[in-house]
Amino acid sequence: MSEAIDYKVIGTSPIRPDGVDKVTGRAQYGADLNLPNQIYGKVLRSPHAHARILGIDTSRARAMPGVFAVITGADFPESERGAIGGEGGGDVSDLAKNIMARDKVLYHGHAVAAVAASSQSVAEAALAAIEVRYEVLPPVLDLLSAMQPDAPLLDPNCFTKNLPEKPERPSNIAAVMKLGRGNVDEGFAQADVIVEGEYRIPMAHQGYIEPHACVASANEQGQTTVWCCTQGHFEFRAMTAKVLRMNIADLKFIASEIGGGFGGKTVVYLEPLAVLLSRKARRPVKMMMTREEVFRATGPTSGAICRIRLGARRDGTFTAASAWLAYEAGAYAGAPMGPGAMTVFAPYVLEHFQVEAFDVLVNKPKVAAYRAPGAPQSMYAMECAIDELSIRLGIDPIDLRLKNAAEAGTQAPYGPKFPPIGLKACLEAARVHPNYTRPVPAGAGRGVAVGFWFNVGMQSSAEVHINENGTVTLVEGSPDIGGSRASMCMMAAETLGVPYEQIRALIGDTESTGFSNVTGGSRTTFATGMAVVRACEDIIAQCKARAAATWGVDADQVLWEDGRAIPAPGVNAELKPLSLAEIAGNAARTGGPLLGRASLNAQGAGAGFSVNFADLAVDRETGKVDVLAFTAIQDAGKAIHRAYVEGQIQGGAAQGLGWALNEEYIYDEQGVMQNAGFLDYRIPVASDLPMIDTQIIEVPNPSHPFGVRGVGETPIVAPLAAAANAVARATGVRIHDLPLAPPRVLAALEAAGG
Amino acid sequence: MARVVIADHLLVYTGGQHVVELPAASFRELLEALDERWPGAREAFARCAVAIDGQIYQDAYLEPIGKDSEVFFMQRIEGG
Repeated sequence: MSEAIDYKVIGTSPIRPDGVDKVTGRAQYGADLNLPNQIYGKVLRSPHAHARILGIDTSRARAMPGVFAVITGADFPESERGAIGGEGGGDVSDLAKNIMARDKVLYHGHAVAAVAASSQSVAEAALAAIEVRYEVLPPVLDLLSAMQPDAPLLDPNCFTKNLPEKPERPSNIAAVMKLGRGNVDEGFAQADVIVEGEYRIPMAHQGYIEPHACVASANEQGQTTVWCCTQGHFEFRAMTAKVLRMNIADLKFIASEIGGGFGGKTVVYLEPLAVLLSRKARRPVKMMMTREEVFRATGPTSGAICRIRLGARRDGTFTAASAWLAYEAGAYAGAPMGPGAMTVFAPYVLEHFQVEAFDVLVNKPKVAAYRAPGAPQSMYAMECAIDELSIRLGIDPIDLRLKNAAEAGTQAPYGPKFPPIGLKACLEAARVHPNYTRPVPAGAGRGVAVGFWFNVGMQSSAEVHINENGTVTLVEGSPDIGGSRASMCMMAAETLGVPYEQIRALIGDTESTGFSNVTGGSRTTFATGMAVVRACEDIIAQCKARAAATWGVDADQVLWEDGRAIPAPGVNAELKPLSLAEIAGNAARTGGPLLGRASLNAQGAGAGFSVNFADLAVDRETGKVDVLAFTAIQDAGKAIHRAYVEGQIQGGAAQGLGWALNEEYIYDEQGVMQNAGFLDYRIPVASDLPMIDTQIIEVPNPSHPFGVRGVGETPIVAPLAAAANAVARATGVRIHDLPLAPPRVLAALEAAGG
Repeated sequence: MARVVIADHLLVYTGGQHVVELPAASFRELLEALDERWPGAREAFARCAVAIDGQIYQDAYLEPIGKDSEVFFMQRIEGG
């Protein structure tokens, strides 16, 4: 457990520095910027889920008054192949074709042309004047159908990767992955009880409130500035440069405030179009997606089919497990089957296991990251299987998990041995939690599930400027999605020993601070925080040197304590401590302004575990499910800003419950999404959920100065199974497929005899 | 000699060999040793995340490897 350290700022919950502007409407989001002479870009999208483009006639649109530019796939440079790089992965050629179709459209809503015009209405009229001739092809919408050898192919050049030899025939299976250890046949032979089942998890959207938006302004030399809402403006710059084959130095990206991303704003959609349109039109071009476009044409997370087999002895010890996992990639390869395969058994000690995972092309939007991408799907299936085992064996679900829980030294299914982790601490906390020890409400069921995510580090930069009065300006390159500016200020305050209120944080653009990867992967508080701490340590070293020069002693005879330089014990006791303000005020005489900086590629991210339990009640007449209580316990390593950590846990729980109970992409047989709006794609609102109770466990990550693990992704993993397990226990009926929407629940109850 | 465990999706580069012992004092040297043993493998291995003695690195190029280290190659991890 956490060694008690008496922090002054870390672990408190001060007011966020960006809060006032956000609640008063001053904060500038992606669609809020307007430039002189600005025009508007709009995208023509495919009415077919799968079709060959035979020809595009833009002549009528180009001739319309008020139309400044029209582009199609022919206006893009030949795509290079190769990795996009950065956090998201994927292939540049696929990214380019996803932004603007070339010879084929691969999902309903796929972009086929774009216009820039004097107003949005003129732009829409111009889109209507563009004629596209299609050869309509049969759409492939179902995972299992897409995997058949005779299925219509999305890409005739797609040959399954990671097989021992390149297959002779192309396939919609873009890649396979296998993991394994021991001998599963032997392990299952040792089992007294085996449970198995097939679970289906639907494609779901991140549900961020702010649609994608940007403004691009190109000058006559081609140098272009882009303002956009993004989780990572440096990576957006890199992607745009690669897609358009531009010199990265000719692109400047400025991140606006962001109204949610959850992984969905790690990929460019509009930005390269706006740059190209602005270059052609010689005017600033603003582009904003409608909510419908967000649903139809940006990346949701994969739907999946997960088959689990789990064996155990009568005492609950797991003897073997196997998983077959198929993930929808959407139109281009890149489903999160790898993380799904690596997480499915991660919380447990397993001598014998095997996992087979598939990345499958279907005629739906190319998937993007969504909190812990891949883990909620596979772990939903495993955690449901454990619940079935718990019922069969008559063992409390927390006790059963504790009996098999991984701990420091356990060999993770994906390879290495775990360093110190907090799974057992979370389970122990859950077992004695008052919400768990109290009786289950009459008519309800209580479900338990475990969540896991690796968390990542990656590259971050930070600069710390000490103003002449000792106040601090902190510049970072990580867009603030979940309150990270406050967390950065807190870590700087703790390190420097100055009050939190004396520090201001800002997000630098791509020309004014060092490279930083996206705000994603639960990495920002960990990695950018580490850069901030290092930059502050740089400042402290400089301040000690300045104080030493002022006092005429050696730098190693100076200590830094409570925001002041003090003489080390034994050094001239007459010396008066020098505060940061005093050193900064005297900076001109001691070497000039104080600027600390750090750039790093943070390693040693600490794995995050959670335990959720929930009480759900089912209306047997309507099938409606109500969440009566929900408790989320998670190891944060060290919570920098406690209220934000709680907020991350609560937000993940709400999204996971939405996915479990209501959210899904519904397609017709032609591959047209039927619920592309928040009225029909129903995310939970405040009145749908009870207060999400949280408990933060702190098993410090030894790789971070304050022990941070990262908390943003783990919280979405466990709610799916916690909800499903509660419904199963409330009704006595196990429903394998999500969401547990009233029609499905009612049908299952009726099939089971009411 | 470091004990190196190859992820299943990389076995195509190693002729199916799952575990190998190689002399390397750093990850950079390990990549060279792998490429020497299986010419052309370097690029695929360099794209992976790696765990050295339990610590996961997305980019381990300069990380030291001990004589008795355990090294696992694994898929790079993304996130939302």
